[in-house]
Amino acid sequence: MKKNILNISLAAAVLFTGITSFTGCTAASAQGKTDGSITLTNVSYDPTRELYESYNKIFAEHWKEKTGQDIEITQSHGGSGKQALEVANGLEADVVTLALEYDVNAVRDAGLIEDGWVSEFGNDSAPYTSTIVFLVRKGNPKNIQDWDDLVEDGVGVITPNPKTSGGARWNYLAAWAYADKLYGGDEAQVKDFIKKLYKNVLVLDSGARGATTTFVENGQGDVLLAWENEAYLSIKDYPDDYEIITPSVSILAQPSVAIVDKVVDKRGTRDAATEYLQYLYSDEAQRIAGDNYYRPSNEAILKEYANVFNLDINLVTIQDFGGWEKAQTTHFADGGVFDEIYEKSE
Amino acid sequence: MHKESKGSKAVKVLLIGVSVLFVFLMLVLPLITVIAEAFKQGFKVYAEAVADKYTIKAMLLTVEATVFAVAVNTVFGLFAAWLITKFRFKGKKLLSTLIDLPVTVSPIIAGLIFVLTFGRQSPIYPYLEAADIKIVFAVPGIILATIFVTFPFISRELIPVLEAQGTDEEEAAALMGAKGFTIFTKITFPHIKWAFLYGIVLCAARAMGEFGAVSVLSGHLRGKTNTLPLHVEILFNEFKYVPAFAVSSILVMMAVIILIARSVVEYIGKRESENVR
Amino acid sequence: MKKANKRVIPGFGLSMGVTVSVLSIVVLIPLASLAVFTANMSISEIIGTITRARVLASFKVSFVTALIASLINAVMGVVLAWVLVRYDFPFKRLLDGMIELPFALPTAVAGISLTSLTADTGLIGGFFARFGVKIAYTRIGITVAMVFIGIPFVVRAVQPVLEKLDGSYEEAAVTLGADRGRIFREIIFPEICPAVFTGFGLALGRCIGEYGSVVFIAGNQPFETEITPLIIMSELQEYDYASASAIALVMLAASFLILFSVNLIQVKNAKILKGGN
Repeated sequence: MKKNILNISLAAAVLFTGITSFTGCTAASAQGKTDGSITLTNVSYDPTRELYESYNKIFAEHWKEKTGQDIEITQSHGGSGKQALEVANGLEADVVTLALEYDVNAVRDAGLIEDGWVSEFGNDSAPYTSTIVFLVRKGNPKNIQDWDDLVEDGVGVITPNPKTSGGARWNYLAAWAYADKLYGGDEAQVKDFIKKLYKNVLVLDSGARGATTTFVENGQGDVLLAWENEAYLSIKDYPDDYEIITPSVSILAQPSVAIVDKVVDKRGTRDAATEYLQYLYSDEAQRIAGDNYYRPSNEAILKEYANVFNLDINLVTIQDFGGWEKAQTTHFADGGVFDEIYEKSE
Repeated sequence: MHKESKGSKAVKVLLIGVSVLFVFLMLVLPLITVIAEAFKQGFKVYAEAVADKYTIKAMLLTVEATVFAVAVNTVFGLFAAWLITKFRFKGKKLLSTLIDLPVTVSPIIAGLIFVLTFGRQSPIYPYLEAADIKIVFAVPGIILATIFVTFPFISRELIPVLEAQGTDEEEAAALMGAKGFTIFTKITFPHIKWAFLYGIVLCAARAMGEFGAVSVLSGHLRGKTNTLPLHVEILFNEFKYVPAFAVSSILVMMAVIILIARSVVEYIGKRESENVR
Repeated sequence: MKKANKRVIPGFGLSMGVTVSVLSIVVLIPLASLAVFTANMSISEIIGTITRARVLASFKVSFVTALIASLINAVMGVVLAWVLVRYDFPFKRLLDGMIELPFALPTAVAGISLTSLTADTGLIGGFFARFGVKIAYTRIGITVAMVFIGIPFVVRAVQPVLEKLDGSYEEAAVTLGADRGRIFREIIFPEICPAVFTGFGLALGRCIGEYGSVVFIAGNQPFETEITPLIIMSELQEYDYASASAIALVMLAASFLILFSVNLIQVKNAKILKGGN
């Protein structure tokens, strides 16, 4: 009887690994190269799909012209932090194009990206930027003009949770930057301001898209703190229902791009990957970014979009917070300022 | 049919009323919402979203994962239910608890454990890499996660019925010298066939709709490792509200097809058994 | 392997082998890696992580809402199963077919649809808002989402048992003049009790772990409507695997205990049943 059990479990185990390795091989070989064409995987974050859909087309033409080779790009989109985690855990990405430097650093810390990636491409490896703006209901019934209007009683604010959404950290830091200027750097007062702001937050969604749904589809709150490009997407869908308010101070959100060194070396795709990211800075690609409501990093092209973006906005950068690592530990890590404002408000 | 008194008629009406109201509020309304959103911008937008090549690839992957999950869990479910109800042994309670455990594991944890087991942090990752076997962020991972979340569905349907039936008939048959397989097909299976059918349908429905665990494991490679629920998520995150609901409606329809198939099988089966009588 | 008469029925070795090996590959080994990752922390670190005020508050939110939702599901599940098995009425098949749909709908879609229905601008939410009751973005909303995802468990566990239940006992009881309440309490309920417990336990476990549908409807306010899976998600977002797996392990232990006690109750029940006969 014992032997019987042993045999059967062995057979089951063999069968099982058989199934998994069979499908595994087919999946693996599908990624490999055939007849001189080349494939790249670009792991990106949520709202960049249309941007890269257009960009991948012009890049494929560019690459074909330059090398005579066909190139196919597989896209992956998801929450920025989650995407970084997946790359760190073995998702084979040739390049990552994520929402913030901190997430790319997580991939670096897993040993997949070499130090110094930030200076590898122009403008701190941020080919396009964005900022945080307010989306309010048409006519702006609560007359919201700047950050201090958000802490008034009776104003409902919608913003995602900075602990689960990388993008929402920019919202928080932009508010912090405003309060910091307002109170001349008095930290107790700044914290109080942020606390009041988050007291007015009605729904703390887990991601930017969820927050937009809460505001737009379910009609919650008076103001949505959003990335500029996402706010424009909502306006595009509902031009008669919403308007964008640009606050006096905001933050320069720099989505970062990087080559995943370990993967490109293994797959032999370094040249293509480098060119893929480099070409994001070409005039053509910069205009695609502008058309998708990202601010082009090329100043000349940014000026072409002066009627779209408010270029007078006062933008602080993450460097004003001492870089991402510091901002992360001070504000968002367990026991950081963000936890503090919630625990004390109870 | 037994006679019904006035009181029992009132109870009947009340219970049916409560059931219908409950199902309407909790199930039908959300479904209507899905369908209404899917067609909000007209049939053309709907058709485009559904006929998109990535949607079709996602659908094929969903079908593949569902078929694998149902197949593995069917084999497992039959053996496990047989083991738990027909024999006495030490650790039985523990075993049946462990079988149920996957249902109650948060989908996020379910995804996480496979990433920890087969991902880059795992001690076996170098071997997998050397053999060029990809489990996480590839199709096998998706299949494994799907099997995991639907793991006990079939055995759980079978166990209560088998328990209620007891072991007398099988014991008698065995004493008369019948082989295991014969006992199963001739005696046990007729008792459990409807529960078995429910189990398969439950398993298939859940496998199609699984989102959390697969989401952690898939890597979201468009056209390669996106299942339908993930495709819905991506569309939604890309501010494509209407196409997201359109793709969800495909899942609803797939579920409806399975449920209709079940009803047909059930109907034919029950009619035949009545004819035999 | 003590007494030969317990092993009359063949197939013990085979079913034990298949059950244990599949269970190990799909469930036990991956779950073990969770424990391995938690072991990277010292005991005091683990306790520190899981007793943070915010984490404790989330446990409370998750467990209380899940318990209420599962109780609702247990009651409604029995009513639905009863109605579906014992009564005939128009569109019964349709009602029957609807039960699995919550499984097939991706949880995120379910969450979004339920939220739009129950927000104060929605169809159901608007009705309740008139009485000052908010559903979406409160704990009531979380409970609603959990009821939605848990319905099939109880219904499908009870239904096969009811179907198999012989009507003759009841008929005899009716002829003897027993009233219906007593028949239900003393004849029917003991029979379906194990199945109800199974369904309840599974639904409870599933509700505690649910993420996809709940995050959309919950509002996610720390201390108020933040569920434990969301905390795990935020730990993962901070690349803090150890804390995530520590909290995950607590949830896992809770699920295990729930299921184990359900199984114990079931066995006890089965004994009472046998003794009564």
